[in-house]
Amino acid sequence: MTPMGGTTEMEIGLGHYLVVSAILLVLGIFGIFMNRKNVIIILMSVELILLAVNINFVAFSAWLNDLNGQIFAMFVLTVAAAEAAIGLAILVIYFRNRGSIEVEEISTLKG
Amino acid sequence: MNWTLALPEILLAVSGLVILLACVIPKQDTSYGGSMAVIGSLLGAAVLVMMQDEGTAFSGQYIADPFGRFMKLLCLAGAAATLLLAIDFNEREKLARFEFPLLALFATTGMMVMISANDLMAVYIGLELLSLPLYVIAAFNRDSGRSAEAGLKYFVLGALASGLLLYGTTLVYGFAGSTNFDKLAEAFGPGQSVSAGVVVGLVFVIAGMAFKASAVPFHMWTPDVYEGAPTPVTAFFAAAPKVAAIALLVRVLTGPFADLSDQWQQVLLLISAASMLLGSFAAIGQRNIKRLMAYSSIGHVGYALMGLAVDTDVGVRGVLVYMAIYLVMNIGTFAVLVSMRRQGKSVELIDDLAGLGKTHPGTAMWMAVFMFSMAGVPPLAGFFGKLYVFLAAMQAGYLWLALIGVGTSVIGGYYYLRIIKVMYFDSTEQPLDAATPGVGLVMAGSGLFNVLFILWPAPLIGAAQLAVAALVG
Repeated sequence: MTPMGGTTEMEIGLGHYLVVSAILLVLGIFGIFMNRKNVIIILMSVELILLAVNINFVAFSAWLNDLNGQIFAMFVLTVAAAEAAIGLAILVIYFRNRGSIEVEEISTLKG
Repeated sequence: MNWTLALPEILLAVSGLVILLACVIPKQDTSYGGSMAVIGSLLGAAVLVMMQDEGTAFSGQYIADPFGRFMKLLCLAGAAATLLLAIDFNEREKLARFEFPLLALFATTGMMVMISANDLMAVYIGLELLSLPLYVIAAFNRDSGRSAEAGLKYFVLGALASGLLLYGTTLVYGFAGSTNFDKLAEAFGPGQSVSAGVVVGLVFVIAGMAFKASAVPFHMWTPDVYEGAPTPVTAFFAAAPKVAAIALLVRVLTGPFADLSDQWQQVLLLISAASMLLGSFAAIGQRNIKRLMAYSSIGHVGYALMGLAVDTDVGVRGVLVYMAIYLVMNIGTFAVLVSMRRQGKSVELIDDLAGLGKTHPGTAMWMAVFMFSMAGVPPLAGFFGKLYVFLAAMQAGYLWLALIGVGTSVIGGYYYLRIIKVMYFDSTEQPLDAATPGVGLVMAGSGLFNVLFILWPAPLIGAAQLAVAALVG
């Protein structure tokens, strides 16, 4: 409700956060599996998934009035940074060996 | 606070940092000293684990109990044995860098945290502490395109799996109101209604953990990573982290989610049956022995999870015994694989084993023991591992699952026996080099365990029984 009393505005509740985070999660998963071009995009998709997780944690934490969720989100942020660093490092040695980071060319190991 | 309970983990973490410093500063090569120091701290941690009290610490995040002790000792033994195998291989392949044992040490710390977790937060931290070093050591041979590819694949799929696990954790947290195992167990206890959000979250969590244990349908990374990574790294992957992942599954499913067994039991039954089937059928056509071991390990995870899926005490005890025996069989087999080299160059095809029975009868004999044991031929240890889970499945009324297990064991027998046939009945012009004494010692040790288990099974069974009593009692 607006203080003006005129139009009623939608209140942003837990459900909205959960929907946004579910959309981000699905985008991230699709980004990993549908993308045939570039490994960097996969790294970005992984970050999207972790973002979805963090939104969920913070939203639930506020809703439950419980701090644990926000502490968990802090851990996720830290680990996500470490994970991205390791992912990029592996990507660099991959590029040095193969000279390309096309997703479709990552297929010498199969059977 | 009671932080002294977590002394084994603290010892590992601190000695990891100290060894890192001590290895970086000197100008000369420190890889051998680094390996020895790491193995020493693993043994030190094992002693501390044996002396550990029971109880919870860190506001209920950490739990020390006989189950944790059993699984941690397995992980520490597996990690130490695979590091011993790695020393010689890495030196010959010009991979001797101190970072390998150190990363393995940090991964082992992660496994211990995971096994002792009493809160989903500790589960996540332990899992990531395990996974991040594993991504790096999969790509450890940085001049090899195959190793880099293995690392990249493992990283992408592993990151996805931990993302799914986390998403499941958020749902469980949001709909149950806590991440602590004791509080979750209360929230799901008898008479409480459980919301659909928790069930969805639980399925995500199981998916994330099944990935680490490489159970079907989350196994896609296993063959590629096992094939591409250097052999000692593959040995490490197949031993300790797998035991830790199974331990975590057991801890989470029989702990906080014990009363939701109606929900997770079908998932586990499916995962177990599919893993056994895929592990036995997909391995048939393999020519690379590391790839074959990957499918074999997927199959073994299926057998082990059978005990958990039937959801009885006897079944869980079967899981523990199975994992202990699996660990020893696997270390022995990888001791043989690590020593496979011709004129100093490492080889990894099954056909390269040809003629081993004539040129190196000792190695061939142990390899035959491991293969018979993996196939489940009595009186070797592998038979008893399978026997306990099959019996548990039959007692719980899941005859069909036990029959699938027996059927896949027979199919699995084909490719294990093929290796023995190649070793003893095929001939070769170029024999393999002899195994070094250290590797031979590991082979003989795990071979003797497999052969003599039938005479003295009581200690292992008793320890597993004690661990299960602590978990479900």
